[in-house]
Amino acid sequence: MNLETHLRARRAEGRTLLVPYVTGGLGAGWLDVVRAVAAAGADAIEIGIPFSDPVMDGATIQEASQRALDLDATPAAIIADAASLDVDIPLVVMTYYNPVQHAGHQRFASSLAESGIDAAIVPDLPLDELDGWGEAADAAGIETVLLAAPTTTDERLRAICERSRGFVYGVALMGVTGERRALAAQAGEMGRRCKAVTDKPVLLGVGISTPEQACEAAESADGVIVGSALVRRLLQGGGPEAAATFVSELRSALDVRDAARASGDPT
Amino acid sequence: MAAPARGEQVVLPTTLGGEPTGLGRFGEYGGRFVPETLVPALEELEAEFRTAWVSDEFRAELGDLLTNYAGRPTPVTECRRLSERLGVRVLLKREDLTHTGSHKINNVLGQALLTRRMGKQRVIAETGAGQHGVATATAAALFGLDCQVFMGAVDIERQALNVFRMQLLGAEVIPVSSGSATLKDAINDALRDWVASVESTHYCIGSVVGPHPYPWIVREFQRIVGDEAREQCRTRTGGDPDFVVACVGGGSNAIGTFTGFLETAARLVGVEAGGHGLESGQHGASVSRGVPGVLHGARSLFMQDEDGQILSAHSISAGLDYPGVGPEHAQLAAEGRAEYVYATDDEALAGFQLLAETEGIVPALEPAHAIGWLAREAGRSVPAGSTVLVTLSGRGDKDANQVAEMLGETLG
Ligand SMILES: Cc1ncc(COP(=O)(O)O)c(C=O)c1O
Repeated sequence: MNLETHLRARRAEGRTLLVPYVTGGLGAGWLDVVRAVAAAGADAIEIGIPFSDPVMDGATIQEASQRALDLDATPAAIIADAASLDVDIPLVVMTYYNPVQHAGHQRFASSLAESGIDAAIVPDLPLDELDGWGEAADAAGIETVLLAAPTTTDERLRAICERSRGFVYGVALMGVTGERRALAAQAGEMGRRCKAVTDKPVLLGVGISTPEQACEAAESADGVIVGSALVRRLLQGGGPEAAATFVSELRSALDVRDAARASGDPT
Repeated sequence: MAAPARGEQVVLPTTLGGEPTGLGRFGEYGGRFVPETLVPALEELEAEFRTAWVSDEFRAELGDLLTNYAGRPTPVTECRRLSERLGVRVLLKREDLTHTGSHKINNVLGQALLTRRMGKQRVIAETGAGQHGVATATAAALFGLDCQVFMGAVDIERQALNVFRMQLLGAEVIPVSSGSATLKDAINDALRDWVASVESTHYCIGSVVGPHPYPWIVREFQRIVGDEAREQCRTRTGGDPDFVVACVGGGSNAIGTFTGFLETAARLVGVEAGGHGLESGQHGASVSRGVPGVLHGARSLFMQDEDGQILSAHSISAGLDYPGVGPEHAQLAAEGRAEYVYATDDEALAGFQLLAETEGIVPALEPAHAIGWLAREAGRSVPAGSTVLVTLSGRGDKDANQVAEMLGETLG
């Protein structure tokens, strides 16, 4: 499935896009968690491939990554297991550059493609270092999603939006992943700046933790990515049902907002 | 590549000892593998450094600080009794005699001046042995900057004296308990802080690691060690040493030393942490046993497993307890211009005692690895009668407690 085509189509229906993040290999039931999240109304799912030194992640995803690694999760096994996911939405892996380059660009990209994974996010591989991986991913039909940050200059932002595939990931705050009490002040500006220079889907992520925050973030973007708030529920012992409940709450809130927008009601 | 014969002139490939090419490349190593949030700050830092490094005013201010605050130049000491014992002529470059007691101050004073030029009010740093943390806290006090230092919980335990020194200097020490709770993890948390604080904060990296431009900037600030030592050796011995030896954690004292000798015929030897021995897997010998990878913003050599997960290092010394090495060292190794060897924990401990007993100099456990390696190799791979310059990167006060414990002594 092509991620960008899929997200554009859903956006055209007036739907706010929702992309939850699940740490791959976090317990034997992680594939069931992904299935439950898909059924609860996700428009695509990010599968985290744990790395020993995740510098873009806060405490929750660090802990989940470490726990998965302690359970002997490996990139190859997570990717292979993902092949059994018969969900009808696109799958995106999120990992760091070392495991990617260690496997080899082409080998990693083709293993994703063989497992039916559509896209990849590699947060420590900025535009300027994209070359080797970017070409291998393109050749294998894997869309590489690039991140834009509040500190990104206008000139870079245009180049990032141009090169990004699937969607543009706007970092909604200054900082690493993790739940926050309120949506950061930078979120709205980030979404607006991206939207002004691209018609690709723009999703905001990092620090979006509640249905209210998701709706607020959706004011300036096409959708949201929710990671730590979901992963925390899994770390606290929640399984597929708990994950589905939370994602349904997010979905319902966004649906209410979308319905109001469709009827011209400015709530 | 065979080491050049004594007196032979070495023609430098352009990347050795010069400016990195492209986006911070030393050969295939280096680069800028960081979250997008940090890219503009790294560009700003590079631009600031480029302007500063050719500015007479900047050079004069840094020179004044190095001379009148840090106590440079540091001497080169001829070790008579140790030389007699080992059958080789040993000269020590005395970075232990700088203010704060290690070479780390050279880099920190430079970065503190850059921080002020960029108008930032806060500095963060990582530290392993605590020497870089102490140096950063010192410069922060001197310049009136806010300072927070990330330090692994394991290192806080074994370098308690330096933790107290940092606090005295007004810095806050933030314990890091993730991963192996040592230097690697302290860098991770410093980077995470910086992703949130980059607009007001300078990350003062303590070694020749990290994303471009750090490996280049830190090397330029440390090359004074090698530049001084080369002239001092020529004055004292009438020539260049046969061997130039330094310990390698991230590699800043070693690169600073080596850079001054790249164009001589000296054999350059970096001594890594051999821990419990390379076969044990418990060591920090990233050049000997690492493979190419990307961590902390740069491509270099790292200890990692078959999936590309970074392994924990082990060393008796907190400053060498790092599973990677700076990218320029990876390049020097690839070009064969420098050799990388190791000393085990036990050999370092023996070196620590040997230097104390023969010369009245208590080294830090990090450079004790260089002494320990020399003690093992003198008369073997270091032929009898050779002249050997060893960079004594720091003094051993910080390690006295730990060593006493290991030797079965109780203090106080
Ligand atoms: C005295 C001393 N020497 C050496 C090192 C290792 O660092 P580098 O390899 O960057 O010189 C440290 C680091 O803490 C140190 O304190």
